[in-house]
Parts: sequence; C-alpha cells; structure tokens
Amino acid sequence: MGLFDYFNANRKSAEVAKERLSILITRDKIQRDRPSFLPQLQDELLAVIKKYVDINQDDISITLDREQDCEILELNITLPEKSCQQREDKPLPERAREP
Amino acid sequence: MTNTKIIVITSGKGGVGKTTTSAAFAMGLALEGHKTAVVDFDVGLRNLDLIMGCERRVVYDFVNVINKEARLNQALIRDKRTENLYILPASQTKDKESLTMEGVETVLNELKETFDYIVCDSPAGIEHGAFMAMYFADEAVVVTNPEISSVRDSDRILGLLASKTKRVVENRTPVKEHLLLTRYSPERVSRGEMLSVKDIQEILSIPLLGVIPESEAVLTASNQGVPVIANRNSDAGMAYQDCVARFLGEDIEMRFIDPKKKSIFSKFFGGN
Repeated sequence: MGLFDYFNANRKSAEVAKERLSILITRDKIQRDRPSFLPQLQDELLAVIKKYVDINQDDISITLDREQDCEILELNITLPEKSCQQREDKPLPERAREP
Repeated sequence: MTNTKIIVITSGKGGVGKTTTSAAFAMGLALEGHKTAVVDFDVGLRNLDLIMGCERRVVYDFVNVINKEARLNQALIRDKRTENLYILPASQTKDKESLTMEGVETVLNELKETFDYIVCDSPAGIEHGAFMAMYFADEAVVVTNPEISSVRDSDRILGLLASKTKRVVENRTPVKEHLLLTRYSPERVSRGEMLSVKDIQEILSIPLLGVIPESEAVLTASNQGVPVIANRNSDAGMAYQDCVARFLGEDIEMRFIDPKKKSIFSKFFGGN
C-alpha cells in the first residue's frame, strides 16, 4: 500500500463488502419469505378501497412480520386529506348502500 | 445400495469452481474406497469430462440414457486412474429441457443400486438444469468465492435448497448444507481486501466444510485433465483432501486460512 492510499482508504474494502452484503441479504430474505399472495392481496385491497377513497398504489403498504410463532400482517393505508368530503357528492357504490 | 448419498455441488454463480470441486470431491471419495459416480448436469455446456480427462472416451451421455438410446453402463466412463470412480457426462447438443424429472430420477435410482455416493455437478444459474441437479440431493456443497456477487448467489441457492427439493416436498429432514470457500487468499484477507471466512460464514450461516486457497495448481490440473486432488503435494489438493475427510466425519483443523509467514527480507522489501 502506498503513502497515498493511507490517506485515501478510510475503510478497508472487505469491510464495505461485508456491510453491503449483510443489508442486501437481509432484504433478499424478507422478499423471499413473503407469501406469494401478498402482491395480489395488495392489488385487490387497493381496488376495493379505491371505490370509496382516492388513493394511489403508494398509499397502501402490506408487511408481514414474524415474531417467534406469531405472524403479524400489517396493513397500512394513508388516506388523503379531505378524502371524505371529496367523495360525499358522489353516489355510494351499490353494496355500500345496502343496510 | 440402500444408503446411497446424493451430493449436489452447486453455487448459483458461474466460474466459482463447481466442476473443479465435483471432480476433486468425487475422486477423493473414491480414493477413500467409496464407489462413486460423478454426474454432469450441465447439458449443452459439458465440461466435467475435460476436467476429469476423459473427453475422448465419451460415447453416450446422460440424455441418451434418459431417452433410452443407451444403457447406463454404456454411458458411464470408468476412471482409469482411480478404482471405484465413474463419470456420467452431460449431453453437448440437446436442449436443456431434455433432463426430465422422471428421467433424472430413473437414472439416479439405477445409479443408487451400485454406488455409495452420487456427486451431481450443477450448472450455474437457477434454471432447470440447476434445479434438476439439486432436487434429489441429500446433501449440498455450496461453492462460494470470497466476492459479493458469489456470496449473494449462494444465499439464493440456499433458499432454493430449503424450499424446492424432494426432501422438503416429502417432509423429510432438509438437505444438509456445507459451505466450501474457494479461491481464498489469506494474504488479501489480512490486508482487508477480501471477505474473510468468518465474514462469509456469518452472512450465510451454514457449517463450513473447507477452504480452498487460490492456487496455481488448479489451472495446471485442469490443463492436464487430472482432478487437483490427485496432486497430493499442492495446497489446493491437500485442502480438498481435508474437505473429503471432514465430509466423511473426520475432525480436521482448517488449513490455508492464515497468511504465510513472511521472511524478514520480504518484510523489508515488500512484495508478496
């Protein structure tokens, strides 16, 4: 290693590699362990919610966490401000009107 | 044989040493007195025959046997140097889909009748050929280079081994996994330029079978068509011998994982 490198290399490249890999592989594992129905579930939920509220694909997120024997399905929907007023003038969809 | 073991040599990434390992491992098992067949699953890109030095003796191949164009013992090539060692070459021309699930199972079952170990040399990637090579396996040797893309691909393969093999489908104990690090350079690790054995083991978290050092002996061996394990004096040859012994249950300390001691002369004047 030359004198120049001592000033330049604050971190060893192997250290950088390990850090990058650890993050990447954790993310890969989460992706892999996701049940295959999750994306479809997300799409269908989005379609249902859209009937009532104006939301985008980005406003809905589904995550599945595992804590020992317990699986937690977390559904997060961000409603836009004034969403209720916006839709009030529109007639409710068929099924929503039923008692 | 009722207790034949099927071992898949796999990696995901190409060029990390699967075929070198398959040849060395199979020869090592045979040298220990176990009747061993090594099967090339890389249809279309067969190379195991070259590494084993029997490329001119290939008449029939794996696909011929599956298609019943030849009998198994017509396609099996006996290794001339080692007793107990046979090679089943891959087909060079046929399309990859010719390895059907039923066909592969039939051939493996027939091999099981005579062999103690069946070593399956997987193609790179996660396509059909790699899937066929791992599907029937009892144990897996995951060959990994100390390089990020290789480690990532190995992790991917481990995911498949844990979910897409016959043992899992049949609810038996899952495929036993072994990590084999190849092209390892302790000197570069000590300089912080290469992922260490410990780093990679932490990331993949599977038991370590062995470490093969970066070695000139590997290319020399492949040039000559002799599995590197036959070169008993080379570092890579010795490292593979250790791996086979460990695989067979011996407790052997890891070698070639620490940098070579430098003389005072080279410390002063640099160089490797």
